[in-house]
Amino acid sequence: MSTADAHVVVHPAHPTEVGLPKDNRILGLWVFLAGECAFFASLIGTYLGLHTATLHGPTSQQIFDLPLTTVATLILLTSSLTVVLGVQAMQRKDVRGMQIWLWITALLGLFFLEFQGYEFFTFYNSGLTLHTSAFGSAFFTLTGFHGMHVLFGVFWILLLLFKSLKHGISEDSTSKVFVMSLYWHFVDVVWVVIFTLVYLAGKLG
Amino acid sequence: MAAIPERLAGVHGETRTYTGIWSWLSSVDHKKIGIMYILAGLFFMAFGGAEALIIRIQLWQPNNHVVSAETFNQLFTMHGVTMIFLVAMPILIGFINAIVPLQIGARDVAFPRMNALSLWLFVFGGIFLYSSFLFGSMPDAGWFNYVPLSGSVYSKGLGVDFYDIGLQISGFGTLMTAINFLVTILNMRAPGMRLLRMPLFTWSALITMLIVLFAFPPITVNLILQMFDRLFGANFFNIAGGGNALLWQNLFWIFGHPEVYIVILPAFGIISEIIPVFAKKVLFGYESMAMALSVIAFLSFMVWTHHMFADGLGPVVNSIFALTSMLIAVPTGIKIFNWLATLWGGRIHFTTAMMYALSFIPLFVIGGVSGVMLAMAPADLQYNDSYFVVAHFHYVLFGGTLMAALAGMYYWFPKLWGRSLNEKLGKWNFWLVFIGFNVTFFPMHISGLLGMPRRISTYSPGYGWTIWNQISTVGTFILLVAMLILLYNLIITFLRKPDAPNDPWDGRALEWSISSPAPEYNFAQTPLVRGRDAYWLEKQEGDGKMLPAEPAGPIHMPSPSLAPFGIALTIVLAGYGAVLHSAIIGGFFLLLTFWQIGRALIDEDHGFHVTPHMGGEAQ
Repeated sequence: MSTADAHVVVHPAHPTEVGLPKDNRILGLWVFLAGECAFFASLIGTYLGLHTATLHGPTSQQIFDLPLTTVATLILLTSSLTVVLGVQAMQRKDVRGMQIWLWITALLGLFFLEFQGYEFFTFYNSGLTLHTSAFGSAFFTLTGFHGMHVLFGVFWILLLLFKSLKHGISEDSTSKVFVMSLYWHFVDVVWVVIFTLVYLAGKLG
Repeated sequence: MAAIPERLAGVHGETRTYTGIWSWLSSVDHKKIGIMYILAGLFFMAFGGAEALIIRIQLWQPNNHVVSAETFNQLFTMHGVTMIFLVAMPILIGFINAIVPLQIGARDVAFPRMNALSLWLFVFGGIFLYSSFLFGSMPDAGWFNYVPLSGSVYSKGLGVDFYDIGLQISGFGTLMTAINFLVTILNMRAPGMRLLRMPLFTWSALITMLIVLFAFPPITVNLILQMFDRLFGANFFNIAGGGNALLWQNLFWIFGHPEVYIVILPAFGIISEIIPVFAKKVLFGYESMAMALSVIAFLSFMVWTHHMFADGLGPVVNSIFALTSMLIAVPTGIKIFNWLATLWGGRIHFTTAMMYALSFIPLFVIGGVSGVMLAMAPADLQYNDSYFVVAHFHYVLFGGTLMAALAGMYYWFPKLWGRSLNEKLGKWNFWLVFIGFNVTFFPMHISGLLGMPRRISTYSPGYGWTIWNQISTVGTFILLVAMLILLYNLIITFLRKPDAPNDPWDGRALEWSISSPAPEYNFAQTPLVRGRDAYWLEKQEGDGKMLPAEPAGPIHMPSPSLAPFGIALTIVLAGYGAVLHSAIIGGFFLLLTFWQIGRALIDEDHGFHVTPHMGGEAQ
């Protein structure tokens, strides 16, 4: 086993000279989001195909609680605003402002997840689980995967906040924060689709 | 001969360098990654080939009992899974990795570390799939793994769980490859390399990766749904729980049909590179070739239901999908005629690469014609699930994809390894593959038309199937000899000293303008592209050297990293946790995975610089 004789190397004076990571990262994230569209389209299609198969379990009309979900939706949509404010602060080189807005964004994400956890808990108590019916399987899988995306985004933000304590705002971190904000917007947009097709359509029939 | 790079001493931070095997495990160099893809693909091909051999021995005569029916199920399932996911795709992705950045005049891919992660996810995913052998049951529900057969009621062993999780793992790798190469091709072309100046292999890579991007998420969802059904008792495919068995088929083929184009479009690209070089003519109909690739990609998402004609979806659905399926023959036909027109009047050099490329055309046409026969819904009910279907897809996947991959192997070998494969052994290799392939698979058309169903482990005498099966089995042994010759050729070539010239075939694209093998930074100076067939153009109109698009100077390189290897390893170990229903193992390794990803996100890695020695052959 061999490792590593350490090499000392030169770094360019301006981080911008390092390849073209910025442009690549942004285009790469857009491409990734295109794939994510296909991912959520498959999950939403599955849900739409199976949502009437409720068997003996509760139906969507019986258990969906629109006011609760509307509040959760507003919280998540607000977080799209705060992440923009965070990115704007970053572009002004305002480390403190960026950190504050990103903290708020992460907190709003966690709030949303708390609403979702509460919702899952009440549904579970009214007899809807992953095993109850195909409707239950499809509902928990679709909204659960969305929640996982939010949770992943929260961790992403926390890591970037940690990075900003260490490195401040660097050329590397600006593109990393920017692509995170794109991801965050995407997760919000997916929620708008889910809210419409699952909750509104499910409640109103 | 590569120029020897000099590393510069530096100011802030250090870059680790690795030697020996660690230099491969930590490599983020697209050429090394491509080579590892190809070698891993050949390694798995030995397994897939051995499975095929046992299948053919079992079918040698009626009522044969070399293997049990249960083993036979595992053999044909793993043969299909291996050849599609662990052989065809990795070898083609290997060529894309090794060649595309050279063809567009780039120094590396857009995300070098993610590229290494893709490789290791595929390698570990493949090993994971095969490790199911140690747990007593390999996947055995066919490569498309239909429910309810693959559900927990009828497949109680762990085999299907290994299928679900193994394919998810290697699928993540493929999806990352798609993101990587879409960005690389769109963002990192050398000055002057407009989209409609790109070599057709690069075009085929671009379009293939676009298909991957939209085809892999549906299969990932499908595998997740089945995993939830099997591990957590969900009801997606469980009819009694309100689930729908057709959901699996739909999601599978929404991926599965584009998948066959994922493994044939790069093959088209390889053929489009080789034919003009050895016919000494410009490719006929360049724009229509690129357009045909795009149209095929679009149509590939419109035809999935032709795999489900026998489901009884009704005449309207079947007619629509029969029409769209036949429509694909139009852009494919354009490509065939363009290749023929390129050959027309050319001065053809019969190298091994060219012979493989020439054999591709008739073999693929046979597979295409039987494909159109299968696309006719009423007729398909007769062919359905018979050996005729087996013959059809082997003519496109073996006669098409593998022939092109072998053509690419002989064509690009000098650029990848700095040595040319032995042409005399190559001719033997080619003729035995060509004869062995046709002897094996042509009789399957007939045994299929005589009514022999696919996937039966044995059959009774008296149907007239015996003789055709025996011919097929003989053909398989010819193929075995052919592959052993290829292996021998590879080994003796590896043992030789690197001696290949930079441009052994009088090539046209940019990869031939640099040394063999390519230096780690590819281009000492980024080339200026003045037109299509960029290098050929300079040989005809310039002084035979590419014009530089930038002044000479130190070149920025990404640092090697063991992180991709480590991340892929922990993901696979988490997969074992899921298969073994152990939340502790799964959770622990998943956390370890996220910890490593988090570290990669926080760290700033500026890479290092090398200074190429200019002059001589460096450019």
